[in-house]
Amino acid sequence: MSKFSDKGKAEMPELNTSSLPDLIFSILFFFMIVTSMREQEVKVQVELPSGTELTKLERKSAITNIYIGTPMNNKESQEAGIQLNDRQLSRREVNNLKSYIVEEKERLGNKAAKMKVALKIDNNIDMGLLSDVKMQLRKAYALQIVYSANEAKSSTGN
Amino acid sequence: MGKSKRKVPGINASSTADISFILLIFFLVVTSMNSNFGLPVMLPNPPEDQNQNDDPEVHARNLMKVYVNMDNEIMVTAGKLEDGKQPLRLKVDELGELRELAKEFITANTPGGVKNDNYPEPKNKMDTITYRNEAGQDFFYPAPFSNVVLNNKHVITLQTDRSTKYEVYFKVQEALYGAYNDLRNDFAKEAYGVQNPAKQLTPDEFELCRRRYVNMISEAQPIDIGKKK
Repeated sequence: MSKFSDKGKAEMPELNTSSLPDLIFSILFFFMIVTSMREQEVKVQVELPSGTELTKLERKSAITNIYIGTPMNNKESQEAGIQLNDRQLSRREVNNLKSYIVEEKERLGNKAAKMKVALKIDNNIDMGLLSDVKMQLRKAYALQIVYSANEAKSSTGN
Repeated sequence: MGKSKRKVPGINASSTADISFILLIFFLVVTSMNSNFGLPVMLPNPPEDQNQNDDPEVHARNLMKVYVNMDNEIMVTAGKLEDGKQPLRLKVDELGELRELAKEFITANTPGGVKNDNYPEPKNKMDTITYRNEAGQDFFYPAPFSNVVLNNKHVITLQTDRSTKYEVYFKVQEALYGAYNDLRNDFAKEAYGVQNPAKQLTPDEFELCRRRYVNMISEAQPIDIGKKK
């Protein structure tokens, strides 16, 4: 009978949490390695196309992003906007893009030869604007471009 | 005696978990996971004067013209059209056909491809493709493929209207890239005897296979029919 009498006194052993910090630290390191810093705030809304024949981009540091889409701060106007770093241009100001790209190229210094311009363009943008942007890129001798896209599931691994 | 028995109090480490949690959340907020994928394209040098037509003259049979109009319909002329034959018209969801046609066109009149006098002329010359990587190593194809006849003299031009939607343009580009990728993969499988070239070959070997079928897509300036009223 005495077996049951001291039931109430038995305490739940305390859970050892001393390895918890190590666990969290390893998750932290995982995220630090896998993710990359967000470089700029995107001010135009861009819905990327998706594709299966895409290549993964290397050398993240030499990549300049140009966003073309609907500006977020001006919901009423449907006019497309261009964003390069923190600069925003409207469709009519597209001819100023060249000087900005040249500036960006100078900023890259000795990596300028490897400069790649990733164009993140909304699905609904017309080709006229894109070809104007491409002409500016050509004039600035930023000839390596990439049409950014989301990877579709049925990829052939290329 | 009493001194040696005194225990050093353990440092209370219960808050390290909280600290690392805060760090973790900070990194989750500040960083992004999106890895960059895309279609790499090399732009031509700028035209020397505004009105200059920078497309070189190409023989009709060597040319595959892909045109996307303002209603996002696709028109394809592969090689020289036979008399009375109309260019192929495709909708956006029929791009698989464009891909197959492009493959047929790229390999036409080369060993293993279709023979057709309306399709590009062959080069009729054996070439050894080599590739030197950044470390200075040279790469060649394995023995039976060390000399290959390069693809024919084809050129694919892609032209859009100024009011064509980017999405359609991208899909067409992708179909054309897909044609080249398929051919490269087929060649890689044959030459190296692997099932999944993208995963099983080294980047240098893969680059070598990429050079087997050089991308000959050229883009013409968009024309402006859509804006005319």
